[in-house]
Amino acid sequence: MKNGLVQILSQPMDRRTAITVAGCAVAGAATAAASVANAINPFASPESREASRLEWQRYFQENYRLMSEEEKTEALLRLERLHQLKHGGRISVSGAEPIEKVLFGYAFNVSKCRGYLECVSACIRENNQDRASGMAYIRIHEHRNGEFDFSKASDTFDHPVPAEGHFYLGTQCFHCQNPPCVDVCPVKATWMEPDGIVVVDYDWCIGCRYCMAACPYDARRFNWQAPEVPEADLNPNQHYLGNRMRQKGVVEKCTFCIQRSRDGRNPACVEACPTGARIFGNLLDPQSEIRWVLANKKVFRLKEDLGTDPKFWYFMD
Amino acid sequence: MTALRSFLRYGIGEATRGGPAYHLWMALLTLLMCVGLFAYCVQLDQGLAVTGMRDQVSWGFYISNFAFLVGIAAAAVILVMPAYVLEEMDFKRAVLIGEAVAVAAVLMAIAFVVVDVGGPARLWHVLPGLGRMNFPRSMLAWDILVLNGYLVLNLGIPFYLLFTRFRGHTPDRRRYVPFVFLSILWAVSLHLVTAFLFAGLPARPYWHSALLGPRFLATAFTAGPALIILILVAIRRHTEMPVADRTIEKLAMIVTVAAQVCCVMSISEIFTETYRSTHHSHSARYLFFGLDGHNRLVPWIWSSLALQFAAAGVLSVHRWRQRLPVLLAACSALVVAIEIEKGMGTIIPGFVPEPWGKVVEYAPTWVEFAVGLGIFAMGAFVFTVLAKVAIPVELGKVRYTGPV
Repeated sequence: MKNGLVQILSQPMDRRTAITVAGCAVAGAATAAASVANAINPFASPESREASRLEWQRYFQENYRLMSEEEKTEALLRLERLHQLKHGGRISVSGAEPIEKVLFGYAFNVSKCRGYLECVSACIRENNQDRASGMAYIRIHEHRNGEFDFSKASDTFDHPVPAEGHFYLGTQCFHCQNPPCVDVCPVKATWMEPDGIVVVDYDWCIGCRYCMAACPYDARRFNWQAPEVPEADLNPNQHYLGNRMRQKGVVEKCTFCIQRSRDGRNPACVEACPTGARIFGNLLDPQSEIRWVLANKKVFRLKEDLGTDPKFWYFMD
Repeated sequence: MTALRSFLRYGIGEATRGGPAYHLWMALLTLLMCVGLFAYCVQLDQGLAVTGMRDQVSWGFYISNFAFLVGIAAAAVILVMPAYVLEEMDFKRAVLIGEAVAVAAVLMAIAFVVVDVGGPARLWHVLPGLGRMNFPRSMLAWDILVLNGYLVLNLGIPFYLLFTRFRGHTPDRRRYVPFVFLSILWAVSLHLVTAFLFAGLPARPYWHSALLGPRFLATAFTAGPALIILILVAIRRHTEMPVADRTIEKLAMIVTVAAQVCCVMSISEIFTETYRSTHHSHSARYLFFGLDGHNRLVPWIWSSLALQFAAAGVLSVHRWRQRLPVLLAACSALVVAIEIEKGMGTIIPGFVPEPWGKVVEYAPTWVEFAVGLGIFAMGAFVFTVLAKVAIPVELGKVRYTGPV
C-alpha cells in the first residue's frame, strides 16, 4: 500500500482526473515549495535535506484512521526522525491500538476536589501543551456554596484554596459517546476510537474550528500560533493520537492521556490529584473502580439535555 | 473551437481595455488586493493569533462575512425567476448582472472560508476523491459542495447565453431553462444549508433555532436585491446598458416585502428571548443589552435595527419608494444593516457567553480588516470584469464573424 497521492498517481486515469490531480499537486507544491527546494538543494546539509523530504512525505500522508499498518509505522517513525533532525532529542511516538473490551470512563468526586489545580499543571506537562499561550484542557470552576450556576463560578481564581464557602468542579473533554464535534468535522479528522476516546489526527485537521463551535463543553483548543515546549520540558513518551507535538493551526483536546491509558496507566490528572477526586477506568470491567462508583454513588452528568451521552460523571460522598 | 477562442480573446481584450477612470478603478482594486495579500501573509506566518479570535470566540469577522456573502449570492438569482420563467424582457438584462454578482459573491464567500482555516495547505483534504469529505454528516461538507455547484451554475448559464449571442444565434430555451430552474432551487438550498451549518449546533442556543434558516433567507432577499438596485443604477449611469425603470421598481418591491418580513422576524426573536429570559437567552441579552458590563455589540445591533426598520418603513410608502434618491438611500441602509446583523449580530453572539457562561468579547484586528478589504476588492474586480465583458455582447455590439 502506498499513501495518499502516490496511490492515486500510480493508477491509470482519464483526462479529468488527471487535471484534478494536477491542480491539487500544484496547490500542494506551492505550499511545500520551500521544503522541496531544500530537499534538492545540493548546498543544504544532509540533515536539513532529509527533514525536508520527510516533511514532504508527511504532507501527503493519508488520514491516520485509513492508513494501512505499514503506513502507520512509517508515519510514526517519520515523526520520531523529524524530531531528532530538528531538535536533536529523541522521542518515541506510539501507535498503540485500543484494547479489546475496554471502554474508558471518568468520574469526578465533587466532595473531594479542593481546587489545588495539580491536575491542570500535570496535564499541561504530560500532554506537551503550548506554554506560550497558557493552553489548558482542564478548567476548575469555583462555585459558591448554595449555587450551581457556571456563569457565576470562577475558573481564574488566584487565592489560597479551598476558599471558605466554596466548592470545586472540573470540566474537560467528556468523551461523549454521541459526540457532536465528530459529526461536524468536514474531513473526518476527528473520531471516536473503539475504546471511547475522541481523538484528532493533527496532520489531517484543516483548522476550520467547526468542532469547537459544536462542542457544548468548551473541550477543544486551537493552536492560534505555533505551539512551543522547551526541549527540556518535553514529554518524550508520545502517542500519534495523543500528546505528540501539534502544529500551528490545528485543533487539539484531552485524549484521556491515550499514551498512558492504553498502556494500562491512569491519565496524568488522575495520578496528580492529591485528594483522590478523580477516578478513571474501564466501563466494561465490572470489577473496576469506575463501575463501583456508578453502581454505589448518586451520579450526574452536565448538559444531559443535549443528548451527547458523556462518559464523564460527577458524584458526591 | 475558433468561435470559443475568439470569444475568449474578445473577453480578455475587453477586460483590459478602457478609459482612465476604468484603469484607475482597477488599479485601486489591485492595490487593495495587495494590501489584503500582505495581511494574509502576516497571518500565514504568525498564525491566526494575529486575529481577534480565541478559543472562546473561535469564529469572527471572516465567517460573519462568509454568511453575509452567501446570502448575497443566493439572492442574486431572485432576478432569474421572473426573467426566464415569466419571459420578462426588461428583467433579462438585469439577470446577467445578478449572475455576475452571484459569481463574485460566491468567490468572496469561498475566500473568506479559506482565510479562516488554520491549515490552508491541507485544504486538499476536503476534495472529493482525493481527500476524505465527511459527507453527508457534516454540514460544512454540504456547504462546500453546494457553493461550488452554485458557482458552476452561475458561470455556466450566462456563458451559454452570451456565447450563443456572440455567435449570432438565439439561445435555445430547452437547453438552459432546466438549469435556470435548478439554479433557483439551488440558491434557496445554498442559503438554507449555510444557515443549517449554524442552526445544527445545540451547543450554541442562540443559533439552535428553527427561525435561523428562514431569517437567513429573508435577510438575503433584502440585502441581495438592494445591492443589485444600487449596482444597476450605477451601471445605467456609467455604461450604455439601458436598465428599465420597471426593473428597478420590481426589484424595489421585492426588497420592500423582504425587509418587512425581516422586521417581523426581528420582533419575534427579541420577544422570545426577552419575555421569559432563560440561560439560553444569554447570547441575545449580551447582543441587545450587554451582559455583566460587556456591551461591545449593543450599539451595532441597535443601529442595524434602526436602519432596517426605518428603511422598511420608508419603502412601504409607494410614493416614497418611487423616488430614486429615497430608494437608493433605503437600499444602502438595508445593505449596511444586514451586513451588521448577519455578521456581528448573528455569528459573534453565538459564542458569547462561552459554554460555561464566561463572557469573552471579540473585536477584529487590523489583519482581519485588511484581509477582508482585499477579498471585497477581489469581488469587485471579478464583478467589474464580468460585467464589462458581458454588457457589449448582451447589447449585440460584438458578434463573431469568422468561420463556424
